[in-house]
Amino acid sequence: MAKQTIELRVNGDRYEVAVDPWRTLAEVLREELRLTGTKIGCNQGDCGACTVLLDGRSVSSCLTLAVEAHQREITTIEGLAPSPDHLHPLQQAFVQHGAVQCGFCTPGMILAAKHLLENNPQPTEQEIRRGLGGNLCRCTGYNKIVEAVQAAAQELAAGKEG
Amino acid sequence: MAMPHFTVHQPKTLEQALDLLSRHRSGVKLLAGGTDLLMKMRQAGLKAEHLVSLNRVEGLRTISYRDEDGLVIGGAARLADVGRHPGVAQHYPALAHACSVMATPQIRNMGTVAGNLVNAAPSADTAAPLLAYGASLVAVERGGRRQIKLQDFFRGPGLSVLEPLEIVEAIRVPAPPARCGSAYERLSARSQVDIAAVGVAGLLNLDLEGRVLRCRLALGAVAPTPVRCLEAEQMLEGQAPDEALLMRAGASCVRSCQPIDDVRASAAFRRAMVQVLAQRVLKRCLALAQGGAS
Ligand SMILES: Cc1cc2nc3c(=O)[nH]c(=O)nc-3n(C[C@H](O)[C@H](O)[C@H](O)COP(=O)(O)OP(=O)(O)OC[C@H]3O[C@@H](n4cnc5c(N)ncnc54)[C@H](O)[C@@H]3O)c2cc1C
Ligand code: FES
Ligand code: FES
Repeated sequence: MAKQTIELRVNGDRYEVAVDPWRTLAEVLREELRLTGTKIGCNQGDCGACTVLLDGRSVSSCLTLAVEAHQREITTIEGLAPSPDHLHPLQQAFVQHGAVQCGFCTPGMILAAKHLLENNPQPTEQEIRRGLGGNLCRCTGYNKIVEAVQAAAQELAAGKEG
Repeated sequence: MAMPHFTVHQPKTLEQALDLLSRHRSGVKLLAGGTDLLMKMRQAGLKAEHLVSLNRVEGLRTISYRDEDGLVIGGAARLADVGRHPGVAQHYPALAHACSVMATPQIRNMGTVAGNLVNAAPSADTAAPLLAYGASLVAVERGGRRQIKLQDFFRGPGLSVLEPLEIVEAIRVPAPPARCGSAYERLSARSQVDIAAVGVAGLLNLDLEGRVLRCRLALGAVAPTPVRCLEAEQMLEGQAPDEALLMRAGASCVRSCQPIDDVRASAAFRRAMVQVLAQRVLKRCLALAQGGAS
């Protein structure tokens, strides 16, 4: 079974890669493109560590075949910060609110939060908890993550007005 | 367990997809969101040498609602998109609820309604609401097209009457009549994320005098397939739906289920919850049918 040559559009960059058709997007991002910000936890759709945005929607990259992402827009955690010196408001809020401990869940958590805020810019606490229901964190107890998302939502709203 | 090796085909039309299926006959599987299929391949040893992806087939993600035709859910329409479609939210609240609370946001962004039905898990969350709404599947094969009532679709855990070379092109759901209310309730351990331990969907349609013209009740996760509660439906049809009757009908749903003990819940707990959820669903359906929302 031959490799398939595909074009991956990740964080605005284009990569041509030859991949085995059974490999997942998570594996190809990490092992071929060396974008190791995307984590693999459960490898079965439960934990959300592998969350990336595919055409703007949050998906589990451990259950997405890389070939299915051919020529579609992918955003990983590496693509969030606007410049090397500036963090995205969500990243900034996670740092400020102590929402990062070991950090393993953080990339997926932040991308899931980004998807949430794009669809619902002013979520209630309950909506944040539901929106992050596909992401597990074994360190923080979630409260600080919820606070960080609330803060980022305000920051983003203020940014839009200002 | 490692992923078995396969080739992926990405047809652009339904014709091409059907051709690919018949060309590779044995050892071919359709791939939609992959949230069931890839899990089974990686963890349960399911094998296929060829996967035919439906994700680039033109028009297959369409969702449309018209009063005359009802709802048409394309064979690759994803759960999240169905859940937030305005026509679904307005006319099919039980389905909208199922599609927006099941699994996780990520899985709902990937998984499809057709995949949920064809996978035929007893706990499939879209099955009970779609049974209550009287949905049918439109299945295409190279030779032609047939319509299968969802009620006749499931044969057992993981089994349906769909033939291996058939593709579900769409799911059709009739438009609900006037004075109609519907609802879905589910229970699971890890709030939404876990597979449902019990799911109950209902629909009540009242006549001009406020009597029950039609009732549909369906259960998920408490029998080898999603099931209708015919006894409860018959208790209600033709009757004035007072609270006592709703409570008795809800309680009778327990006789339509054959739950098992598993990691998610005991059979006894499932039975108790079927009654509670069925009663809750019926009350909500009645309130909606009488026009008093919430
Ligand atoms: C973490 C996690 C949580 C989950 N939680 C839930 C839950 O709460 N409730 C629930 O009901 N399910 C749940 N699921 C199961 C799954 O996500 C759903 O059943 C989903 O709807 C499957 O759709 P899919 O498009 O991913 O199907 P796929 O995996 O792509 O396909 C499933 C089956 O259907 C066939 N198929 C797909 N489309 C068609 C078509 N158009 N015509 C013919 N055959 C077709 C495939 O060949 C395959 O056999 C969960 C899964 C995961 C991984
Ligand atoms: S690694 Fe993909 S969801 Fe856990
Ligand atoms: S910070 Fe460690 S898992 Fe979330």
